[in-house]
Amino acid sequence: MMKSRAFRFLLPILVIIGVLLTWFLISYFNLFPAYAFPSPQAVMMSFREEILAGRLMNDIIASLWRVAIGFVLSALLGIPLGLWMGQHLFARKSFVPVLNFFRFLSPLAWIPFAILWFHIGDKPAIFLIFMATFFPLALATMVAVASIPSIYFRVARDYNYKGIELLTKVTFPAVLPQVITALRVSYGIAWVVIVAAEMVGCQDGLGYGIWEARNGLRLDSAVCYMIVIGLLGMGIDRLLSQLTKLPGVRWGYER
Amino acid sequence: MKDKTFTSKLTLENVSHSYGNVAVLKDLNLIVNPGEIVVLVGPSGCGKTTILNLLSGHINPVSGTIQREGIIRTVYQHDGLFPWLTVSENISMGLRGTESAEKELLELVELIRLEGFENHYPHELSGGMRQRVELARVHAGDSDILLMDEPFSALDYQTRLRMRNELIRLLEQRPRTVVFVTHDIEEAAQLADRVLVLSNRPATICRELNIKAQKPRGLTDPAVIAAMEEILNELGLNITDKTNSL
Repeated sequence: MMKSRAFRFLLPILVIIGVLLTWFLISYFNLFPAYAFPSPQAVMMSFREEILAGRLMNDIIASLWRVAIGFVLSALLGIPLGLWMGQHLFARKSFVPVLNFFRFLSPLAWIPFAILWFHIGDKPAIFLIFMATFFPLALATMVAVASIPSIYFRVARDYNYKGIELLTKVTFPAVLPQVITALRVSYGIAWVVIVAAEMVGCQDGLGYGIWEARNGLRLDSAVCYMIVIGLLGMGIDRLLSQLTKLPGVRWGYER
Repeated sequence: MKDKTFTSKLTLENVSHSYGNVAVLKDLNLIVNPGEIVVLVGPSGCGKTTILNLLSGHINPVSGTIQREGIIRTVYQHDGLFPWLTVSENISMGLRGTESAEKELLELVELIRLEGFENHYPHELSGGMRQRVELARVHAGDSDILLMDEPFSALDYQTRLRMRNELIRLLEQRPRTVVFVTHDIEEAAQLADRVLVLSNRPATICRELNIKAQKPRGLTDPAVIAAMEEILNELGLNITDKTNSL
């Protein structure tokens, strides 16, 4: 047992070291020209540079802010819409085709509109995050509500749950585990989309940082931004996954 | 608490029901007296659950009239508890708006012997414990009529035997009118004041059997054995003639 636990802890670290080593060797033997394949050392240097200049921190805050606003907006609108559609067959029948259509539309297709409508700055990026996450969230919530076992509603009727109390005490807790999963998935989408959104509509942010690095042919700096994007994405997903440990939702993950 | 003088009324009058072309019940008459335990037994698919759904008001009959008075609650075979609520919170559902809810909650938890499990969630309990919580929940507050839809049939045999005693004990403390549906003849003989044997579809009551013996009744109590024999005979399941049994 001890051995397997240590193994589980060590293996991912070994894999990471392996990836870094491969990276180092490829650049060491100049398999690609240095300008197109920055070495680990060069990336470390540019990390130092970006941090000292304060740009990196500024870009991180800008991106996190946009994702947070767009994501919260779409959760605040998408989850209630999903709850409502899940409860009413006519609503499902009428809205699902349109919502599905938009779900399959890449949020990047909205870029021209985003810039025309909202110009440059936070707003187009927030709009794109919203477009990327609203539809999957609403649809996932709706499906979750529509598949609540009918026995819960029968019990709720026996105990006189009606109206708003039925919604908050029965329907919502019954779908909460699935809603949390949907939040994690759509957060993942949001984090991917923000990079693309900031490449065109913004003057700062992690995506803009990569774009600028490309323009200056500073791929070392681009890699350093990529590392930050990956780590931040993982970190926030870790935070969101803490929601699944709430006592009132554990049942949803232990079947 | 209205645990001493409670009122309930539950009658079916000439009730018939069908699903599409399938007639399930035909001209069913039933008067459930306050405080009695009526057990419905019958072949599977004969419409036992349909009768419960009619009694609870979950469905309406195609014809006939149903009268009900009092607060009705149902115990299901399984999964009737809200998984996002703890034992205490599930039981407290029935105590909303009751004075001294906290005191009653303590009493109920004690009555089903789940002290120490108040803050557990249903998925952390065994099947028998979950059904005990369901029993406590339907007894909570001012319920009058309990409908039980094979509440113990998902449990193992020994747990089932224990649950029957548990139910009788609860009903002694907190009398309710009970309509209990089961395919388990033993269960019927041990629990019922009155057993109603149902025929095949479309179901009618083909036999009514009063059991007067004191409760709790042991499984080998002569009155229980006698009742089982009668029910088995009625259902044509009392196969004792060894030469013909093959």
